Amino acid sequence: MMAWFAENSLLLGLALLDGLAYAALVFMVAVGLNLVFGVLRIVNVAHGSLFAIGAYTAASLGLFFASRGLPPWAGYAALILAACLVGAVLGPLIERLVLRRIYGQEEVLQLLVTFALFMILEDVQKLVWGVQPISQDLPMKVLGTVDVPFGEDVIPFTIYQLFVLPGVAVAVLAGLAWFLRRTLTGRVIVAVTTDKEAAMAMGIDAAKVTLLTFTFGAGLAALGGALASPTTSLVPGIGAQTIVLSFAVVATAGLGQIEGAALTSLLIGLGRSVAVYFAPEFEVVVPYIIMVAVLLVRPQGLFGVLETRRV
Amino acid sequence: MSGSANSLSRPAGAAPARSLGEGLPALLGIAALVLVAWAVPWLKFVLTIALAKGIAVLGILLLLRAGQVSFGHAMFLATGAYTVAFVAPFQTEALLLLPLAALLATLLGLAVGLFVVRYRDIFFGMLNLALSMVLYSLLEKLYEYTKGTDGIRVSVLTFAGLRPERETQEWLMFGLALLLAVLFGLLVRAYLASPMGRALAGIKTRETRLEFMGVSARRVLLFAYVLSALMGGTAGALVAMTSRHVTPQLAYWTSSGELVFIAILGGAGSALGPFLGAAAFELVRVYAAAAVADAWQMILGAVLLLVILFAPGGIWGMLAGRLRRSA
Amino acid sequence: MSASDRLGAQAEPSIEGVTRPRQQDAPLLSARGLKLAFGGVKAADGIDLDVMPGEFLAIIGPNGAGKTTFINMTTGYLRPQAGSIEYDGQPILGLSPRVLVGKGIGRSFQLPQLFTEHTVLENAALAIAARAGLWSPLVPLLRPQWRAEAMALLDRFGLAPLAEVRADALNEGARKLADIAMAVALQPRLILMDEPTSGVAAAEKMSVVETLVRVLRDAKVTAVFVEHDMEVVERFADRVAVWSQGRIAALGPPETVLKDPAVLRDVIGIEPAHSHA
Repeated sequence: MMAWFAENSLLLGLALLDGLAYAALVFMVAVGLNLVFGVLRIVNVAHGSLFAIGAYTAASLGLFFASRGLPPWAGYAALILAACLVGAVLGPLIERLVLRRIYGQEEVLQLLVTFALFMILEDVQKLVWGVQPISQDLPMKVLGTVDVPFGEDVIPFTIYQLFVLPGVAVAVLAGLAWFLRRTLTGRVIVAVTTDKEAAMAMGIDAAKVTLLTFTFGAGLAALGGALASPTTSLVPGIGAQTIVLSFAVVATAGLGQIEGAALTSLLIGLGRSVAVYFAPEFEVVVPYIIMVAVLLVRPQGLFGVLETRRV
Repeated sequence: MSGSANSLSRPAGAAPARSLGEGLPALLGIAALVLVAWAVPWLKFVLTIALAKGIAVLGILLLLRAGQVSFGHAMFLATGAYTVAFVAPFQTEALLLLPLAALLATLLGLAVGLFVVRYRDIFFGMLNLALSMVLYSLLEKLYEYTKGTDGIRVSVLTFAGLRPERETQEWLMFGLALLLAVLFGLLVRAYLASPMGRALAGIKTRETRLEFMGVSARRVLLFAYVLSALMGGTAGALVAMTSRHVTPQLAYWTSSGELVFIAILGGAGSALGPFLGAAAFELVRVYAAAAVADAWQMILGAVLLLVILFAPGGIWGMLAGRLRRSA
Repeated sequence: MSASDRLGAQAEPSIEGVTRPRQQDAPLLSARGLKLAFGGVKAADGIDLDVMPGEFLAIIGPNGAGKTTFINMTTGYLRPQAGSIEYDGQPILGLSPRVLVGKGIGRSFQLPQLFTEHTVLENAALAIAARAGLWSPLVPLLRPQWRAEAMALLDRFGLAPLAEVRADALNEGARKLADIAMAVALQPRLILMDEPTSGVAAAEKMSVVETLVRVLRDAKVTAVFVEHDMEVVERFADRVAVWSQGRIAALGPPETVLKDPAVLRDVIGIEPAHSHA
């Protein structure tokens, strides 16, 4: 066993670092999904589309900035701008025009409405950005790489993946925890999540809270996409992949858990990247195997609270 | 939430369909299908696929009665389809392949069902999705056996030992799909009227009461789940035999979403709904794909959105309402 | 006075005036030392109670005293942290509601648990089908035999005219009766009813209870029921158990217990004329 670890320390190290960057992206998408579910009680299938559109918008903006001769650092402005733009435009649009009409209805219908949105947004992406791969990796290139020593070997790793992605994820986690616990708006969101009726009885404007939360969640998904865009080439279908992975994270963590979602993202991110290096056939399967295994033992998710029906 | 469209209640349980006979509309529907298949030969293929999917959607309908939505039922369809593709080189007899595919899907349904019926709502939906994605990944990655995303071509089949020419074979598949659709439709109708079927809706409304009646809600749901897997497998076998080509896409979560989509589109109030929905879905898909190649999904999505927001009873609900008014 | 001192060992007149000797009977249900705490709240803090065959035992007490918890523990929905429950001489702790129903313990709910998408008739028929254990997937629920049985059941509860009404369209009185009818359809020997009259309009309350008592007496069902209306308790209970903070504060025939100044003060909220030591 020890010998195996020693022999494979290089690969394990790579998997660990890769997994960290990957987990950071997954977390940002999953935590938005979780937040939206907490307040709206809707699992938003179109959340993955917001990730994809965020990624495409960031790439387009970045390419546009570059073509105007702006310095490479402007690529970062493109990432942030894309996330804000997608969140602020699509978030309210979807919540006001569509979701608002289905609150309080059967879960099946809510799920399907967001599935319909997903189908529509998938084609919107194809119409706007085409089906050819798009890549814009300037923000990653501009930071260069750092040599990570593994025993005798030295592996160059991009600073972007090694520091920026995990850094942003930690910042999002800390910021979100602070926002939800220390600010009035955050506490209102938590109150609505915990007990909507009671919160409304206390005079909380639930319509405003849902709009705000959904916009915020959409922004987080778009931010995840924007940050992912420099690391990969964008093709149709990335939204569909992302959303199922986020589902896996949210279900494994338990609904309504922020820190839990972070830890689970880490677990699933690392699990997947270990698979990439050691059993690539099972790369895509690993997150679901982790999820199924967790739910077998803890039906309410790793960090979820078991609810008993009142009789 | 104030101002929301709470008034849009679903027709379920004592649905309007029950006050209206289903026999006449069913016969008319069958006649219309045969007529269209005869008049527009190339639509025969589309309608056969629609009938097959309708059978799978019948299974979704059962779970919807229990208030559960599976975003992974394409796994049973894919199981049926790949069974046909794998076994066809060794056994070309369609009338043997079909029950074999259905049997394997049923066994998978039993294994998966024993696990997922312990969960409800979002967890139920997501677990189904996760397990179907496991199957999808295996089909995609185990290239040696499955040819990955290229998929497998289904070899030429025999029917009762005969190898009919193409036109006849198309009619045979159409007829087989129609026959099975009618049989499963009748089966589901009888099942939904039985204590087991009526108890399904009890899972949705008052699961605690079921337990306090001495009834295992899990067992009630498991029966429906296994039955739905059987129908999914049958549908998959029909799809594979008709399209003669299987790909991992069959198991992808969006394919499962389509099945749920069709169930809502057709209307969950009647066993006719899935077939109405499947026919409408496949026809819209064919014509939309021909008219706007890159936007057919968008058109389907918009249709789904409109149906849910403005015609929550689905196509069957609208038809039943109209027929009742005119009667 | 402790609970066991007051355990009914005397013969009492039933509602029809038939005197039923209790002395020689073994209790149908016997709970000893039940304890259950939720966080810091003691919902059961040493409950000892015997329920005699054929009796109607009322449970009264303020909200949060643990009355529903007792029902939930007896029917297998909650498991006590300590203590034992015997039913018909057999220990039943740890058995699931499903198993206990099979042994003849039925219950009704404070919030009626009806299948809201079904008609009243279908609700009753489902309960009858559940008892028969006949879960064929192909025979209709409303086959003539079960339809007739269900109608007869509803008729006993005066619900026959509402047979074709969807359960979610009933008024509270009818919902309570239908809820209890479903429990009775399972032919229990013991039924535990959680506030059978709460939410029932004052005008129909007495008629609901009268119907109920008539049916249960006819079916020879032993009943434990949580009740807030003292008039109902006085008229229909053979014995009353007074719950207070997870304990039984008093137990005995209503004519004694309901005159106890401590009970009057703490449970019913009436300050007696002169204080009690």
